[in-house]
Amino acid sequence: MKILVSLSHYLILAAILFSIGVIGIFLNRKNVIIILMSIELMLLAVNINFVAFSHFLQDTAGQIFVFFILTVAAAEAAIGLAILVVLFRNLRTINVDDLSELKG
Amino acid sequence: MAFLSPDFSPAYPEIFLLIMICIIMLVDLFLDNDQRYFTFILSLISLAGCAVITFVTLSSEVQYTFSGMFVDDLMSDSLKLMVYLTVALVLIYSRNYIRVRGMFKGEFFSLSLFATLGMMVMISASHFIVFYLGLELLSLSLYAMVALQRDSALATEAAMKFFVLGALASGFLLYGMSMIYGATGELHTSKIAEAIQTKTIDHQVLIIGLVFIVAGLAFKLSAAPFHMWAPDVYQGSPTAVTLFIGSAPKLAAFGFTIRLLVDGLGALAADWQGMLIILAVASMAIGNIVAIMQTNIKRMLAYSTISHMGFVLLGFIAVDHNGYSSAMFYVIAYVLMTVGAFGIIMILSREGFEAENLSDYKGLNQRNPWLALIMMFLMLSMAGIPPMIGFYAKLSVLQAIVNTGFIWLAITAVVLSLIGAFYYLRIIKLMYFEAPEHNAPVLPSFDAKILISINGLAVLITGIFPQALMGLSLQAIQTSM
Repeated sequence: MKILVSLSHYLILAAILFSIGVIGIFLNRKNVIIILMSIELMLLAVNINFVAFSHFLQDTAGQIFVFFILTVAAAEAAIGLAILVVLFRNLRTINVDDLSELKG
Repeated sequence: MAFLSPDFSPAYPEIFLLIMICIIMLVDLFLDNDQRYFTFILSLISLAGCAVITFVTLSSEVQYTFSGMFVDDLMSDSLKLMVYLTVALVLIYSRNYIRVRGMFKGEFFSLSLFATLGMMVMISASHFIVFYLGLELLSLSLYAMVALQRDSALATEAAMKFFVLGALASGFLLYGMSMIYGATGELHTSKIAEAIQTKTIDHQVLIIGLVFIVAGLAFKLSAAPFHMWAPDVYQGSPTAVTLFIGSAPKLAAFGFTIRLLVDGLGALAADWQGMLIILAVASMAIGNIVAIMQTNIKRMLAYSTISHMGFVLLGFIAVDHNGYSSAMFYVIAYVLMTVGAFGIIMILSREGFEAENLSDYKGLNQRNPWLALIMMFLMLSMAGIPPMIGFYAKLSVLQAIVNTGFIWLAITAVVLSLIGAFYYLRIIKLMYFEAPEHNAPVLPSFDAKILISINGLAVLITGIFPQALMGLSLQAIQTSM
């Protein structure tokens, strides 16, 4: 049996992954590393969107965009982890709830 | 197929700045700590060089290059000139502050210049990939700058919050861009505008994309309800970095918003108008009301920024040239005022002491009457009291929206800025009518003193004679659309 995978299947998958990413940032109260993973998940969901559109529109520009997003996401992860290391050195914790010195 | 070399001339300032940054990073490697002034001077020279190149190639015609990915028009040139000026002021005001805090390093200057390059690319972008690259170049440099004070727990906490929410905003923006790409099949802003007009496109998909793009832009502009990062980051960062984040990037965010919403998605104006009304009213309300409760002046100015961004968005709501040009005027006025206010905070700070509590401003008039006068000019201008530039900026934005028929919106804005006037006037009261808590002498360096005086007087003079700046904004918008 042949299953046809249409554009909307990809879009729904990307939307679900994106939502998991966003919810992961806001619901997670435990660990900053999980936030970094959620950010990565959001960007990858966008990539799925671009590749799917690019394929169904027969237009390569979307796939080129994906290369740029991947590269920038790598740079972003590097900076995020660097900040995380400095944060751990200062606070001796990476618990999200402990990041509460600044408020008001 | 022959390879055609693109016309590089519209991008000369960017190329020059990039070369200079590479030179500065190399030169800095060979300098000792006490020769770091050389890096500082080189950074200022590169900004001046960019200004010269931009000024020489100034023209009101619209030039596209790199297959239409990059645009050079009067709006981008005038915004870029403002960016150079602001960054140069930031570097000069910061010099003493970062020197006594051990941040007078090559990294501060190269990151500032990379951020400047990012802003220039954002202002001149006309393709989604270029928008994204400019934005990330700016954001990544700023994240690193906030964390530059490595041993400060507050600064690193601020950096983490800024990073997470900034990345979230980029994610929103990208998701929106992917939806618009899917609906129109284009990534060039001009071709997107054309496709929306001519093709039959599912309106629903466009609206989903638009919502995400507006949310991402609101994050970057720090407009409520996407403002939660601003107060924490403003308070936690070293003041020199707060000054940087609060000033020049707003010019870039304005250019970015014009290009995306007006140039690209102008056909959906009826839809984004409603979203911006919500953002503008929420920003003005939250910014002005919450600021009253603050005791930290950096945090207070963060809320003040949020309310000013609400006013800038009002200009967009008018959806005509008058509205956009008054928004541009407002952004320029805002940057002038903010640079001055944070400059004074830095002048009053010294080794081991941050002048960041409101009580530190008590009796400033007795300690240094001239600085108190300049600070009063800036606060009156932010409150929107004539004859300062802030008054004219608010007036022109309000005129633009009244002309389009949003009288209730104008009344709301006036009432909310009246509430906001309280916390600006409170600072003036503290400076003039209370006794100082400490009597340490205020000794600004010579160049900072001259510049802060010019800055303060500029707020007054451009307020009395706003026609030139207003005319430039209007011409920039008219020739660029």
